[in-house]
Amino acid sequence: MTSRTFRYLLFMLLIFAGACSSATGSDLKEEEAGPNDSITYRSPFFDDNERCFKCHGQGRYEYTNENLGRQVKAMMFSERVINRNKFYGSNHKSFSCTDCHSGEYIHFPHSGELRMEQMYNCIDCHGNDEKFARFHFEEIEASYQLSTHYKLEEEGFTCWDCHGPHDYKINVRNSSNLKETILYDNNICLRCHSNFDQFQLLTEREEINILQKHDWLPNQESHFKNVRCIECHSEINDTILVSHLINPMERAVRRCNECHSQNSMLMSTLYKFQSKEQRKDGFFNGIILNQSFVIGANRNEYLNILSIIIFAVVIVIMSVHIYFRLTGKTK
Amino acid sequence: MYLYPIWVRLWHFINAVIVLVLIVTGISMQYTDQKEYILVVGFAKAIKWHNIAAGLLTINYIFFVTGNILSKNGRYYRIERKDFLKNLGKQLRYYSWGMFKGEKHPFPVSLDQKFNPLQKLSYVLAMYVALPLIIFSGLGLLFPETVISRLFGISGMILTDILHITMGFFLSVFLAIHIYTCTLGTRPTSLFKSMLSGYHEPEDHNT
Repeated sequence: MTSRTFRYLLFMLLIFAGACSSATGSDLKEEEAGPNDSITYRSPFFDDNERCFKCHGQGRYEYTNENLGRQVKAMMFSERVINRNKFYGSNHKSFSCTDCHSGEYIHFPHSGELRMEQMYNCIDCHGNDEKFARFHFEEIEASYQLSTHYKLEEEGFTCWDCHGPHDYKINVRNSSNLKETILYDNNICLRCHSNFDQFQLLTEREEINILQKHDWLPNQESHFKNVRCIECHSEINDTILVSHLINPMERAVRRCNECHSQNSMLMSTLYKFQSKEQRKDGFFNGIILNQSFVIGANRNEYLNILSIIIFAVVIVIMSVHIYFRLTGKTK
Repeated sequence: MYLYPIWVRLWHFINAVIVLVLIVTGISMQYTDQKEYILVVGFAKAIKWHNIAAGLLTINYIFFVTGNILSKNGRYYRIERKDFLKNLGKQLRYYSWGMFKGEKHPFPVSLDQKFNPLQKLSYVLAMYVALPLIIFSGLGLLFPETVISRLFGISGMILTDILHITMGFFLSVFLAIHIYTCTLGTRPTSLFKSMLSGYHEPEDHNT
């Protein structure tokens, strides 16, 4: 091997190393970005709500114990702590606390009976309302009732387990950063599926190790970062944007070709909302390329045609050569 | 004439098998679809065997480069600048015209000159340009976290993939031409037999 060849190999190695270091830097930036909290919103009920947030807005609260005649400091039960920023960035940010909770809560100490207060479900407010027709809440409800999650209703499962009333915000419909949406949506699943304490509240099943369960998945980390759990674990629905029919484990998608193909199902799930704005640079399912890259789904039509033409030309030249060999002076 | 030492033949045989596996599984991944086709391996199987074959190819490539450094075989891949284009033209003219007219081979095989100029150029491009590029881009696809996220506004993964499949395509074309030109020995099967026995059959008149 010549020194030139050595220099070439060294050059290639340096390019690769450079690519690796640049990649690490840019990835970190994306991870640091995090979701934007809409803390600039000013609610018309801000002052009213603040009476609740005074105690429920943080882990520690203070009140005057009239029996003892002094200020008492206590820790708020973590399930009763509502993050102000998340609430005012959520879909329900314009609400007064007493729109959903009893007005009796303005009295302190709260009555013990209020603990038995009946909670609203999504459909109670959003069902059969023209204002929300485009979200198809009735269809969502019907899908949910076929979902494996619905079976857990007796154990106390409700819409709120996935869509926290105090922090949930519509994501995929408004997001310009799909990676952020994927992280947000997957965290909804992981709240129960990677937290055994939470999981045990709803089922007697053994603890699930998500990483072990997905051992079979090549490039597991890349899949977890680039697709939502529901891509494989829910039934595609043409009417609603995000499928709510979560399938039992046995029916999860396991065939790679479902996504890694020209007719990638990702176009009906993750990229459903954006798929109308197709890129026109010769790539199949080109919209995926704005955020990601999927082998098999993103092949380039022009390169395909060019490769077939080149191969055909080679075959023709070889055939002509064979012809002259057979008819000429040589073998 | 003993021209192909055992290590070269062993490397060549392993390389041939691996490259065929890589082409079949590579095409399977590139043209994967919801339907399963007879000639296309399923995506999961294709990924698995492509990765295994790629690992073996890399080891075999290191073996080839090391062998060329340690033995005299490497000298056959040195391209001389002097009369480079002229010699290339001579060889092209022979393949496209001279051989049909019964002319003598302009660069007969000898212990000092195993490859003709056209062979030498294509082998150097395949082994020292395309192979390193396909191995490095393949490593990038195998470990996506190591690939630059964006370059000039384009996803690094797309650029890596296009580089990988383009090199794969050119190596497939190289393979087709390589197999065909190997029928241009004294007899159509002579050169294939040479790669098994190690002995090059002397050219009687015009190859």
